[in-house]
Amino acid sequence: MSVNQATSLTPPLISVTNLTCIREERLLFDQLNIEINAGDIVQVEGPNGSGKTSLLRILSGLSQPFEGEVFFNQQLISQSREEFHQDLLYLGHLPGVKGEMSAAENLSFNLTLQGAPNNAVNIEKTLSAVNLTGFEDSLASHLSAGQHRRISLARLYKSTAKIWILDEPFTAIDKQGVRALELLFKAHIKQGGCVILTTHQDLLTFEPEQVKKITLDYVFD
Amino acid sequence: MSIANLSYRAVFSLVLKRDLTIAMRHKDDIINPLLFFVIVVTLFPLGIGPEAQTLSRIAPGIIWVAALLSTLLSLDRLFKSDHDDGSLEQMLLSPHPVFILVLAKIVAHWLITGLPLILIAPLLAVLLHLNEQSYGALMLTLLLGTPVLSLLGAIGVGLTVGIKKGGVLLSLLVLPLYIPVLIFATSAIDTAALGLPYSGQLAIIAALFIGSLTLAPFAVGAALKVSTN
Repeated sequence: MSVNQATSLTPPLISVTNLTCIREERLLFDQLNIEINAGDIVQVEGPNGSGKTSLLRILSGLSQPFEGEVFFNQQLISQSREEFHQDLLYLGHLPGVKGEMSAAENLSFNLTLQGAPNNAVNIEKTLSAVNLTGFEDSLASHLSAGQHRRISLARLYKSTAKIWILDEPFTAIDKQGVRALELLFKAHIKQGGCVILTTHQDLLTFEPEQVKKITLDYVFD
Repeated sequence: MSIANLSYRAVFSLVLKRDLTIAMRHKDDIINPLLFFVIVVTLFPLGIGPEAQTLSRIAPGIIWVAALLSTLLSLDRLFKSDHDDGSLEQMLLSPHPVFILVLAKIVAHWLITGLPLILIAPLLAVLLHLNEQSYGALMLTLLLGTPVLSLLGAIGVGLTVGIKKGGVLLSLLVLPLYIPVLIFATSAIDTAALGLPYSGQLAIIAALFIGSLTLAPFAVGAALKVSTN
């Protein structure tokens, strides 16, 4: 349950010590230690119910672990909330898209809230990058599940955050879309960011040794 | 830093505008509580009889109880839809303080549900033969009291938003907190009907308002963090 650690002089972006997670009186993982550096792409693997989502939620600070700590730039994430959240982009199972607002309004709100630069031209360009050209002014409630996900993924193109935590980003996305996303991840880690994601698919455009893996398994106690 | 330096005011108006836009496109949110308020108040004269004396005696209570219940009815929507579609998580993960986001949502909720009640209340007061001297007190208590209902209610919603069927629990949590507002508001209106000064009761409601305005957003923020855990 450990990630092969790259020997580097720069401190890790995120490090996790002795992480233990218990859900519904079931131990999901125990004494997990992870270090994630700039330039890493980390795939969390494991069968359904093994705690992948729980791990990502703990890493993003949404959930509290039973035991253990999460550090961002060697500071506890609870003590550097503002800095951490400026550098964090978390996309969960739910796309966070409002049906009552148009695709463009949704994206614009999300970007502004995260502090990413945006304007009308920008928004249109970004939406066309995720194949939503012509849907800018459609209410999101009239769009499909895959399109909802695309609206929320569009933020990746404009994000200034270093840490991307993505829970099943490829759900409901077609093959071409998946490829485009993988290329985006590549560009992001090249710029010194890191990507932590869960997916049951293999990342095809990456060399196998390029992807760090965290494998969660059922723990019986 | 790359972060666009959004001031508190900019974040506040961003969220407020978003919530009002959604409410305008989803008119049920505005119409339902208002319709409930009107229906409850108009049913009383039918049930009790049209005697002006009886009605004017119970008018303050009816209007306030109806306002309270209609607020309770609309509370659920404050965070529920945001919780269900994941927007709430995104808000909690934004670099801005949670209390400012929460405050914006509560203000939007009051503008959508509280303000229409205040606007229509005088009309319903006529229907109930409210004493002429009481109109000022009615409006002032509603103006100061309904924001308290939204603010305190938000704490309850924050705590129950993660629960599938939290409706009953929400009422149990929130109604006791509403009782002081109800008591002092109706007392102020009754006192006004007698032609006596009611500034005392009004001051207490104002104190409740200021207290909940300054403290509730923090409590709601903490409650939401627990609910999304």
